[in-house]
Amino acid sequence: MEKFTSHTGTALPLRRSNVDTDQIIPAVYLKRVTRTGFEDGLFAAWRNDPEFVANKPEYQGVSVLVAGPDFGTGSSREHAVWALMDYGFKVVLSSRFADIFRGNSGKAGLLAAQVEQDVIDQLWQLVEADPTTQVTVDLDAREVRAGDLVAPIDVDDYTRYRLLNGLDDIGITLGNEADITTYEAKRPSWKPVTLHA
Amino acid sequence: MGKTLSEKVWDEHVVRSAEGEPDLLYIDLHLLHEVTSPQAFDGLRIAGRQVRRPDLTLATEDHNVPTLDWDKPIADPVSKTQVDTLRKNAAEFGVRLHPLGDIEQGIVHVVGPQLGLTQPGMTIVCGDSHTSTHGAFGAIAFGIGTSEVEHVLATQTLMQAKPKTMAVTVNGELADGVTAKDLILYLIAQTGTGGGQGYIVEYRGDAISKLSMEGRMTICNMSIEWGAKAGLIAPDQTTFDYIEGKPEAPKGADWDAAVAHWKTLVTDADATFDKEIVIDAADVTPFVTWGTNPGQGVPLGANVPSPEDFSDPSDKLACEKALEYMGLEAGQPMRSVKVDTVFVGSCTNGRIEDLRLAAEIIKGHKVAEGTRLLVVPGSVRVRNQAMEEGLDKVFVEAGAEWRGAGCSMCLGMNPDTLAPQERSASTSNRNFEGRQGKGGRTHLVSIPVAAATAVKGTLASPADLV
Repeated sequence: MEKFTSHTGTALPLRRSNVDTDQIIPAVYLKRVTRTGFEDGLFAAWRNDPEFVANKPEYQGVSVLVAGPDFGTGSSREHAVWALMDYGFKVVLSSRFADIFRGNSGKAGLLAAQVEQDVIDQLWQLVEADPTTQVTVDLDAREVRAGDLVAPIDVDDYTRYRLLNGLDDIGITLGNEADITTYEAKRPSWKPVTLHA
Repeated sequence: MGKTLSEKVWDEHVVRSAEGEPDLLYIDLHLLHEVTSPQAFDGLRIAGRQVRRPDLTLATEDHNVPTLDWDKPIADPVSKTQVDTLRKNAAEFGVRLHPLGDIEQGIVHVVGPQLGLTQPGMTIVCGDSHTSTHGAFGAIAFGIGTSEVEHVLATQTLMQAKPKTMAVTVNGELADGVTAKDLILYLIAQTGTGGGQGYIVEYRGDAISKLSMEGRMTICNMSIEWGAKAGLIAPDQTTFDYIEGKPEAPKGADWDAAVAHWKTLVTDADATFDKEIVIDAADVTPFVTWGTNPGQGVPLGANVPSPEDFSDPSDKLACEKALEYMGLEAGQPMRSVKVDTVFVGSCTNGRIEDLRLAAEIIKGHKVAEGTRLLVVPGSVRVRNQAMEEGLDKVFVEAGAEWRGAGCSMCLGMNPDTLAPQERSASTSNRNFEGRQGKGGRTHLVSIPVAAATAVKGTLASPADLV
C-alpha cells in the first residue's frame, strides 16, 4: 500500500446525509472480478442527472469528498471504496462514517477522516463559493486546512500509523503467526469444521 | 466485575493483544460468496499464499443467481463470470462450495444455521454486512470488506478494535400479529441508521427470549441497519434445540461439552454495558418504512410524514428527497399506498417459519389484480421443506410466483429487479434508492404485512383482510 502523509486537492461538496454504499456503487456494478475499473459505477444513479454536483464542470478533477453525516452505511462492499479511489478521491470527510466503510477505507488506502459537522458546513461554503479552493488533509498533523479554516480530523491511531507507513495488514499479522498456531492448539475439539476427512 | 456476553465471546478469541493496537481475533467460521471474494483470492495468488484453514471456510452462491431456470447456464455473462470465478477459486484453494443446483445451496446466512455450523460463542465473518444474522445464536458475527476477507483467508484472524457494548432490553410481550421484523424496524426508527455505530448490541428481555430462532435471526440480521458492529442474543434452550441434530452440530460427548460451555455464555449479573436502551414490546405495532433508509419508518396505521415534522435540517432535507424519490405525498395514510410487487424472502425473512406464516395468511385468498407476489425461499432446503408441507401450492393457487433459492429481489444483482418507479412491499432489509433495481421504490415490511398487502394491493395487515 502507498504511504499517505498529507494530501492537497480540490473538493466535491456532497450535501447529502446517509449516503449508503448502494448509492456509492449500485450492486449491478459489483460484478467485476478485478480490483480496478469501478469508477463508472460511482454514484451511478445520480450521475445521469446533469444537475448532480459531480457532473458540474467546476468540480472536475476533485480528490477530496466532503460528505454529509452517516456516510457509507449499508452493504459491506469494499467496491464502494475502490469506486471512490478509482474516480480519483484520496480523502473522504464526514461527521460520521459507518464502521465497515471506515474499516474498508483504511485497508484500501483511502483516508476516511471524521470532522465536526460545523467543519463540514464551513468546507461546503468555502468550496461552493470557490470550487478551486485547495483543501489540505494532513494526516501527520491530524488536521484539515482550507482558506482560513484549520480544524482537527479524527482518525484512529492504528489506522493512522498504518497509512503513514503504508503497511499491509496481512504481512503484520503473519509476523505473529506463532501466536495463531498456539491459539489453534487450544481450541476445543467440538468446534465445527466444514471439511471432514 | 462481571462480563457481558459479547465480552466473554470476544475475550475467548483474542490471539494477541498489545497496547495501542487492535486485538488479533481468531475467526471460527468464514463464509464466502461470489461477490466479495474474487479480489481476495486474487490477492492470495499474487502473494503466493494459501488459505490457512479451508476446514473453517464455507462458500455458497447466492447474490447473483437466478431464481428461475437455475438448472440452465446463467444468462448474464458478467454474473456467470463471477460465479465461475468462485467455483475456480474454491477448487484451487480446497474450499467447500455449495453451488447452484446443490441441495445445500442458498443465501449464505440461511445456509450456515441450517447446517448447524452457526453455534453459540463463535466468531463468524463474511464479506456481507448481514453476517450479523448469526448473532442470534450468541455468536459475534459481522460483515467485512474484501481486504479483510483476504486477511481471514490467509491468517484465520482479523485485527479488530474491541467495540463498546450496548444492551437493548425489550420488556413485555409482542402483540398478536406483531413480529420480530416490526420490532427491529421500530427500534431503527427510534435510533436512526447510525445509532448503533461502534457497538456490539445484546438484545435481551422477555420479548426477545420468547422469539423463535428465526425471529432472533431477523432481529440480529438488521443490526447493521442501525449501524451496529454486531448484534447478539444469549443462547438458551431454544438455541440448543434448534442446533441439536443439525448435520454439523456436535454429537455425543462433544454435544455435552459444547452445551456445558454454551450455558456459560450469558451476561453476568454484575456486568455493565456502555449504553442501554429499553423498549416496551407493547409499544410495537406493524411497522413499515416510507423513505429511503431503514430508519425512515412509521406504524402501518400512521401517515407519511412531512419534512415539517423534522427539526434537524439534515433530516428535513432527507425527508424531502425521500418523498420525491418514493413518489409519496406528506400526510397520505400508509394504508393508501398501492403496491406493484410483494417480495417474500431474503436473509431477513426467507426461512421456513416465514414461509409458513405467509402461507397461513394467504391461504384462501388471491393476490390482488395488478400486484405480483414473489416468494423466494432462502435456501434449497427451505424450498424443499416448504414443498413437503404443501406451502408452494398455497402460494401458486393464490397467484404467486414460487421461485428457486437466492438473494433475489433483495438487491438488484440478479434478474429479479424492480422497474423504475415500480413499488414494492419487501420483507428484505434495505429500502435504499435503487436497491431493488434502478428507480425502484421499496417499503420494508414484515411477513404478515407482506402477505396481506399482496391480497389487498395496498399496504395492509392481516386484520384488513377480514
